[in-house]
Order: sequence, then structure tokens, then C-alpha cells
Amino acid sequence: MLILNCPYCGVDAEETELAAGGEAHLKRFGPGSSDDDFHDYLFMRENPKGVHLERWRHANGCGKWFHAARCTNTLEVFGTYSAQVSEPPQEIKDAITAKRPGWTWREFE
Amino acid sequence: MKHYSAFAVAREALRYHTGWERAWRSPEPKKKYDVIIVGAGGHGLATAYYLGKNYGIQNVAVIEKGWLGGGNTGRNTTIIRSNYLQDPSAALYEKARGLYEDLSQDLNYNVMFSPRGVIMLAQTQHEIRGYQRTAHANALQGVKTEWIGPERVKQLVPIINLDGPRYPVLGGLWQERGGTARHDAVAWGYARACSAMGMDIIQQCEVTGVRSDNGRVVGVDTTKGAIDCEKLGIVVAGHSGQLAEMAGFRLPLEAVALQALVSEPIKPCMDVVVMANTVHGYMSQSDKGEMVIGGGTDAYNNFTQRGSFHHIEETVRALVETFPMISRLKMLRQWGGIVDMTGDRSPILSKTPLQGCFINAGWGTGGFKAIPGSGWGMAQLMATGHSPLTEAFTLDRFKEGRFIDESVAAGVAH
Repeated sequence: MLILNCPYCGVDAEETELAAGGEAHLKRFGPGSSDDDFHDYLFMRENPKGVHLERWRHANGCGKWFHAARCTNTLEVFGTYSAQVSEPPQEIKDAITAKRPGWTWREFE
Repeated sequence: MKHYSAFAVAREALRYHTGWERAWRSPEPKKKYDVIIVGAGGHGLATAYYLGKNYGIQNVAVIEKGWLGGGNTGRNTTIIRSNYLQDPSAALYEKARGLYEDLSQDLNYNVMFSPRGVIMLAQTQHEIRGYQRTAHANALQGVKTEWIGPERVKQLVPIINLDGPRYPVLGGLWQERGGTARHDAVAWGYARACSAMGMDIIQQCEVTGVRSDNGRVVGVDTTKGAIDCEKLGIVVAGHSGQLAEMAGFRLPLEAVALQALVSEPIKPCMDVVVMANTVHGYMSQSDKGEMVIGGGTDAYNNFTQRGSFHHIEETVRALVETFPMISRLKMLRQWGGIVDMTGDRSPILSKTPLQGCFINAGWGTGGFKAIPGSGWGMAQLMATGHSPLTEAFTLDRFKEGRFIDESVAAGVAH
């Protein structure tokens, strides 16, 4: 079973306590944006076979949203971090690089 | 290829079964083919088969990373139905269901199609209205389905508990000519027929790159070397995104795990397929007597072909409420497959930004039932550039807002 550490309440939460919220760090495009940008924002997910940055909610716990870095190929968890950021903090990036040298995610690496 | 028949069985019995030949050849790849299909699952093989049968295109290779039919074709719960709400879906799935009716004769291979009937249970007021609407839509689409009350459900499924504690059975959507087929046999039958037409099925050969020239596909790089082609069909379900990336475009897909499980074999107790979408469970009994059970998908991206245990627990818990007699069954096996989900839960059968390259993906949790129809439409699209079966399922429908929205219409189980 997937276990993620909630960065807000500190609990190691099992999957049944959590609700998956899909891909993280989406840049929102709304009214006034181009059709292509709006389309990509709505439908085009990275869907990588490897490092995946994603949103989770500690639904049956403290109720807070947070971010996780996880590998979709091995189910390995690299770490969890605050929801209040638009890219992973350096220690999470380092933790990923230690296991997956050369990883990239859209604009960051 | 030797013809399979009762006479052949008798003849081989007399010579101690020494005369059977391999059902398909395993050749080394040629330098060039007219068409390459990536992915030797049901959809890929069916596409190749109808390219040969309907359009005379027989210089075809089907390339497979693992073994034939080893992906979702061999991992589903084998349910066949066509009671969809939207017109393009109903047309495609009904075409497939119709082809399944005499597929065994067509392929000279017993796919064990069993039109035993499929019930989708209504267990909430919302579902009653939804399925009555679907029944009316199906009447207009020429798909034979029927809304039935709880008494008829009990008559068809004596082991059902109509007044369960959480979700009483309030009726159901009944498709009499839906049912099941032997999933492996569908892949094997198509493979044998393709091989007999002279097509090459190349297993254990991974595509590592797509080669193009001036915006047009010219071939693929594989672990068995480069192979040229005029046209390329990508039919690889969970790994569509990776192949598309090699071909230089992106797909609106996300890969998640879907699980199924079977019980120990028991005596015949249920001769229809029952789907309970409110509680995420569906069940049928195989010819061996195992109860074949499927549930919902995991909520997070996953490429591991194994899912979370608590999803099985939820599914089984819900089914035990509806079928109390299964509560003491032991479960024999559980497995997972990687399904590629689109935003509207309908597949993509389309041309792509790369000339000569076609994509068949996004079947999500419901691809098996569509195999013959998908192959039929895809072959038409690849051979002629247009197919009425696939025209609504284009890649650009997301940009244009022309969704074929089955995510709301069909519930979860698909």
C-alpha cells in the first residue's frame, strides 16, 4: 500500500486516508488564452513513465492538500512537500536526482 | 494453415495428435512493409486482420514488445456489450458486438463468444433515470436493450439479493445479446488468421523510435533493427504516450491501473453478466466455474500492472452485499493492467500530426468488447483515410469541444 507522509500534520498516511488529486504544478489558462494553451491545460497531462509530481489531499486526516514526488514505474516515493509552491523545493529535487539522474519535468529538472 | 474442424480433431486423434502445426509463424522482420502495426493485442491484430481481409493489404507486420495478447487483451474481464449512450459509441461497440456473433466462423478459431446477456443494475434513483434514458437512446440507435424491473432481475439472477442494506436493486438495463468471449482466443484467432494471410507477427521486439522524413512516417527503429513502412498504426494501450512521444506528438491520456480477480471454481450459479456501477463491481461466471470479478481503477498514475489492495476489498465488499452466497469463496488470482484514460472516457481512433501515422488508444477500462469493431474501423481509416465508425473519435475533438462523453453516461465500469 502506498504510504505518504503528510507535510502538514506529519502523519505517515496510508493510501486509504488520502485522495489523489492528479498532476501538480499545472499552469492555468483561462479566458483570453489561446485555444492551444487552454486545450493543453485541460487535457494534456505529462503522464510520464517515471518521475511524477502530483497533488494529494489528506482527506481522512488533517484535510490539507500537499504535493508528492513519486515514480509511476516503481511506485517509489521521493518525498512530499508543501502545496504552497509552484515547483518542488531543492531537497525534493535532490532526492529525485539521487535516484533518477537526468530526470526532467516540463520546465524544471 | 490447416483448417480447424470436427473432422480435423478426429483425424488428429487417430494419429496421436502429431499433425497439429503452430497457429502462427514467428518470422524475423523484413526490411520493409506496407503497414506496420505496433502492439499485438486484440486491437492491433484485428486492425491487421481487417486491413488484409477488407482491403487486400497483406504486406503487414505486427510488432510486439512482449508476447502476443499479453497486455490488457489477456487481463480484462471479457465482457461484451454495446449499451452506450452516445451515438458514435453505440455505433462502434454495436459493430464490434455484431462481429463477435460470427467471429469464430470468420476466423476458423473458437473465440467462445457466449451471448449470455448483460445486466447493468440500477441501485439508485439516479441510475434508474440514467439507464431508462440509455434504453431509449439504444432504441433509436438500433441497439437492442431493455429496462427491466427488480422481479425480472431476480428471475435472471436467482443468487442476487434485491434488498441489500446499502443499495437495493431497483431494476436494470438488460442487453440480451451481450455476454462474454474467451479473451486470449480472440487475440490468438486474429493472430492465426493474420499469419495465414502472410502477415508477420514479430514478438519480443520493442519499438525504440519512430523515423520520419519531412513530416511523414518512414519506419520504426526496433530492438531487431530498423524496419521501413508506408503507414504506421500505434495500438499500444498503456504505453501510447511513450510511442506518441517517439512520433513527435502528445496524447491527452493518463495511465492508471485497473484490477480484476477470479474465485475458485464453483458449480454453475449465474448464467448472465452482472454489472453494479454504483458500487464499482461486476461479475460473471467463466466456463471453468470461476467467478470473474472486476472493479474500479486506482486514482493515481501507475505503470506497474499492479493496483492497490483496498480497491479489491471495496469491490468484493460491495459484491458480497449484492450476492451473499459468494461471501465464503476463496479468491484464486488477482492481476492488474495499465489502462489509458481520456478526458471523456472515449477512445481515440485518429490520424495524427505525423503523416501516415495513425493512433488507436484511450480505450480506458473498456477495450476488449470493442476489438472487432475497432479493428474494422481502424483498418478502414488506415486504408482509405476515412471511416464513418471512427470519424467522431479524432484526436482534435478535445480542442474542438466535440466530446463523446461516456464518463457521465456509462458510470465507472466500462
